[in-house]
Amino acid sequence: MSETLIRPRIEARPLAERLADKAPLLLVPLLMLGGLVVTGNPSTWATLTVAGLAMGLMIFIMASGLTLVFGLMDIINFGHGAFVAVGAFIGFTVLTWLSGWTAHPSVLMNLAAMLIAITVTMLATGLMGYGFEKVIIKPVYGQHLKQILVTMGGMIIAQQLIHVVWGPDALHLSRPLALQGSWVIGDAAIEKYRLVAVGIGLALFVAMRHVLKHTKVGLLVRAGVENGEMVEALGYRIRRLFLVVFMVGSALAGLGGVMWGLYQETITAHMGSEIMVLVFIVVIIGGLGSVEGCFIGALLVGLLANYTAFAAPKVALVSTIGLMVVVLMWRPQGLYPVVKAK
Amino acid sequence: MLMKLLSGDRPGSPLLTVVLVLILVGLAFAPFLFPGSKPLETAARICIFIVLVASYDLLIGYTGIVSFAHTMFFGLGAYGTALGLTLGGASFAAAGLGALCGVSLAALLALAIGLFSLRVKAIFFAMVTLAIASAFAVLVSQLSFLTGGEDGLNYRIPRELTPAFRLFDEPVLGLRIDGKVLSYYLIFGVALVLFLALVRIVNSPFGRVLKAVRDNGFRAEAIGYKAVHYRTAATVLSAMMAAMAGVLLALWLRYTGPATTLSMEIMVDILLMVVIGGMGTMYGAVIGATLFILAQTYLQALMGLAEGATAGIPLLSALVAPDRWLMWLGVLFVLSVYFFPTGVVGRLRAGRA
Repeated sequence: MSETLIRPRIEARPLAERLADKAPLLLVPLLMLGGLVVTGNPSTWATLTVAGLAMGLMIFIMASGLTLVFGLMDIINFGHGAFVAVGAFIGFTVLTWLSGWTAHPSVLMNLAAMLIAITVTMLATGLMGYGFEKVIIKPVYGQHLKQILVTMGGMIIAQQLIHVVWGPDALHLSRPLALQGSWVIGDAAIEKYRLVAVGIGLALFVAMRHVLKHTKVGLLVRAGVENGEMVEALGYRIRRLFLVVFMVGSALAGLGGVMWGLYQETITAHMGSEIMVLVFIVVIIGGLGSVEGCFIGALLVGLLANYTAFAAPKVALVSTIGLMVVVLMWRPQGLYPVVKAK
Repeated sequence: MLMKLLSGDRPGSPLLTVVLVLILVGLAFAPFLFPGSKPLETAARICIFIVLVASYDLLIGYTGIVSFAHTMFFGLGAYGTALGLTLGGASFAAAGLGALCGVSLAALLALAIGLFSLRVKAIFFAMVTLAIASAFAVLVSQLSFLTGGEDGLNYRIPRELTPAFRLFDEPVLGLRIDGKVLSYYLIFGVALVLFLALVRIVNSPFGRVLKAVRDNGFRAEAIGYKAVHYRTAATVLSAMMAAMAGVLLALWLRYTGPATTLSMEIMVDILLMVVIGGMGTMYGAVIGATLFILAQTYLQALMGLAEGATAGIPLLSALVAPDRWLMWLGVLFVLSVYFFPTGVVGRLRAGRA
């Protein structure tokens, strides 16, 4: 036996290349810094930043399901907004039933009511996702044009059914007592609900990352995004995995709907399609199929929307489009593209 | 002669031919056949939407591009004309200049969107256009000093097109030919010309390349056609046609606002019309627009009757309430994507074979 084994050599990639990979991570702090310069006043900045983070994380909740479904199933669900709206309405109904709890001065009762509302909503929208996948989407796998059309149709039907069940008028959704009003820290007024939204959003992000990186299900999902056929060939039933991911995505949309409804305090059947514009921008910025990209994109959109709403209200929504254009010029596939252009 | 007008694109089914001729005759003699202002209103809407839907079909059916920004171009044409008439007074010159600006702006914007984002996949493009269109709608509602914001613009149109104008002293065939009728015929004529132009485009060599790009972009590239160039050209053409439909709408309604031109609902309507009529067939646009607008106008009355008849049954009566007509259209839409992917026209043509 020869002593000179050929060892594999792993070459360190050049620093510049590694930095370029991480560059999107720097965008959020950079934008925050920019916000500080524009607002000029640290306490205003703090208020806006928390508001931006809350908005961004709520959008992240809605967008993460969408982007995961796209990555895994190669399906873009234009009806995702319908789950958001339905979620908000179901949450409204549950919170109305529990109005004794939400009006109770005890914080614990308030949080319990919210927890129950969120759980019921997520279960309901998850089940709805099951039906949606089976009835609406299943016949059109692999046909993008038809997917777009059919899921749009599904959204119209869902919106109209909301009108049938809850009536055509906008409803007022009031926050639990403990989450109304704001804390004043220093000079900055921070709305309590926004902090809760930030907490839930961050917890969800951490949980999702954990599941995706450290569990077998996550491994299969990631592998499925990369190469579904291979996972199938290894003996896993990827169809069932698809369905579970779709249900989780729908449940997350429902969660996002409850939270967004409580944030806006008014819910309409069309709220889903309105928020979908922001969700799509986030998904595009993040790179279709990527949860991390989606997270960064959501934070960027939330922060930018709030800073510009303060500095120049008229250009607030247009600014997020501008952000999308700039990001796409820099990285045409989004920040962290997972799915190769097909 | 007739085949030349239709660019050799036969309807391809006797029943379809009959229906198309009926629609053409109905629209051509609408003021005489269906007296009253509501039918005329409906007929004018049908003419305008035939152009709008046909122009969208050029994009979605012939080129395979899903765009959600079509109402933006429609709105640009309408707002251009509206602004021309508001700022320049009620003259044809002002309307023409405004229309020209609107249509050119639509073309430029379509060119920018096309060059910028048509390289990406279909789904990506759909989302980008959705975002751009909604940003445009927000912009229009924010710039209220120019566009009237949510209230939109009310303006006067040239006197020759208003009901106060009389062309002849005597009624013709029992109908007084007033400016409204003239205005209708202006819209009918322009819509007919635009529609025939679109038929001409899709049956030209250019149209065939579009189909090739739609069916297999890779192969089309391999033969030497730049797919992006053709897609961009189709986007620009269809945007200009949509803007011209917007011009007609602005002239007809004497009002332009976000709800009539830019709203997401109109976009959804256009999508429904294209799919129900049949994608990739210009005649589908005619059938789709006519069916849809007739349903929109008259189905609700019918559903009101159904609601009355089922008043005792709680859920059912809510489901057939006139306001729910869109839901049934949504169901019809989903079903037609599954079972009649080629729409009414494709179905009729297949029936012949």
